[in-house]
Amino acid sequence: MQTGDLSIILPEIVLSVFAMAGLIAGAYGGRDRLGPAMIWTTSALFAALAAWIGLQGAGTATAFGEMFTDDAFARFAKVTILLSAAAVLLMGKGYMARCDLIRFEYPLLIALAAVGMMVMVSASDLMALYMGLELQSLSLYVIAALRRDSVRSTEAGLKYFVLGALSSGLLLFGASLVYGFAGTTGFAGIFEAVQGRAPVGLLIGLSLVIAGLAFKISAAPFHMWTPDVYEGAPTSVTAFFATAPKIAAMALLARVVYGAFGGIVGDWQQILAALSVASMFLGAVAAIGQRNIKRLMAYSSIAHMGFALMGLAAGTVAGVEAMLIYLVIYVTMNVGAFAFILSMERDGAPVVEISALSLYSRRSPTRALAMLVLLFSLAGVPPLVGFFAKYSVLLAAVEAGLVWLAVLGVIASVIGAFYYIRIVYIMYFGDEESELDAGGSTVLASFLVVSAALMLFGLWNLAGIEGPAAAAASTLVR
Amino acid sequence: MIGLEHYLIVAAALFVTGIFGIFLNRKNVIILLMSIELMLLSVNINLVAFSAYQGNLTGQVFTLFVLTVAAAEAAIGLAILVCFFRNRGTIDVEDVNVMKG
Repeated sequence: MQTGDLSIILPEIVLSVFAMAGLIAGAYGGRDRLGPAMIWTTSALFAALAAWIGLQGAGTATAFGEMFTDDAFARFAKVTILLSAAAVLLMGKGYMARCDLIRFEYPLLIALAAVGMMVMVSASDLMALYMGLELQSLSLYVIAALRRDSVRSTEAGLKYFVLGALSSGLLLFGASLVYGFAGTTGFAGIFEAVQGRAPVGLLIGLSLVIAGLAFKISAAPFHMWTPDVYEGAPTSVTAFFATAPKIAAMALLARVVYGAFGGIVGDWQQILAALSVASMFLGAVAAIGQRNIKRLMAYSSIAHMGFALMGLAAGTVAGVEAMLIYLVIYVTMNVGAFAFILSMERDGAPVVEISALSLYSRRSPTRALAMLVLLFSLAGVPPLVGFFAKYSVLLAAVEAGLVWLAVLGVIASVIGAFYYIRIVYIMYFGDEESELDAGGSTVLASFLVVSAALMLFGLWNLAGIEGPAAAAASTLVR
Repeated sequence: MIGLEHYLIVAAALFVTGIFGIFLNRKNVIILLMSIELMLLSVNINLVAFSAYQGNLTGQVFTLFVLTVAAAEAAIGLAILVCFFRNRGTIDVEDVNVMKG
């Protein structure tokens, strides 16, 4: 039984052993000279693990007394998490080198965060959920404050830590109430205990757990930390925050509400719908006045999480499928957009002001065009892939009878389109010539162009993710 | 006779004290760390009380995990705080304001 359990969590074991061995090698051996090599090795390992997990056969297996589940849903989320983490790690390498931030801890902390995320998406017990979430969060607090000599970076780390710890506290208090009223911490056990009508204590526990997880996906009204942390953290770290942890936390939320509370859909549906509406509108309205593109991306991610929550709030298989597709498309767009932001620099120093992009199209037509495609896709302009992402969640909400939610989503989407298109306007019809450097690393340019190309050419079959997403969704919803 | 509800009331009171400590405290970041610790410990009271009441050990195992993670969390929080103090020269909550919001 033990060997069977261990073979199920082998990818996680490989990654954590790698991280620990890397820490020892870094501490006793090369120190920060190992940094660049460590980044390459870590992203190669991420890609290899993603291929390994992705090519595993179908089927569901549980380990450690049903604490850990390996099913199609977990595999789908893990592959997305690992691939996006590998991409972001490679993208950020040049930026980190220029800021003198290539320390060997950086890729290893990301690897540990990835282990935490993999445990999160596979968790089928409140204890596994908590341990995975904390492994991820503790690594992210440190990564946010990675630039030790910068006031902004350490302030970002401090704010993230305090609010993250508060959210963990809320989640834990909720978990203790769920345990108390259901008598077990296993999701399967809770599912059986909660059918039809749930006791009030359990509903309070459920609300607190959802509130704690809403902090992690930065859904309004639990979003306060997001803009500051995105602005303060080094840009390559921001790119990481905007991608993999969002998928992990959304997947975990989906697993909790369906795996443990699938019997009381009506009770959590209204909470998620309220979070969704608040996030969509706050993200759309608050982003309009931003001058800093990293803060703008923070509000953009809040709005996008609102749309993903809409798919979850539908409470149907189609809704979960739409949410998964939405997350994959969101991550692809964000990888491209952050490749662009990372390449924004003047005389070799990073720039984050939106106004610096003025007439950027004359300087670097290809990059400006690729960014235009990505921004239109983020805004959800047809016929780009981003439109179909929004369309699928809206359709799922309408089919589930939440027409009001879908109508509000369309309105928020129209408001939100304004600030994306404003960037395009500045890039193409600004007042003064941009002073940004025209050149830039080919790595960033290729990520940007590939991501933009996917937004155009992914149209005919969404790059084949629909089948796996449907399989993943149907294993989750009982 | 002290029953389950008494433990739950104590734990809820401590938890709310912790939350208020985070939101109302305007003086010192260390007090924030203490409030966070208070929240996690109140959860432990909850878990142990439920565990004893139901007669299964899951809650007590959970408590051990929470204690361990709380220690790691405090260590990381203090480390970040030390870095912040070196840059800023103060740990007043009101001075954590280089970025708006």
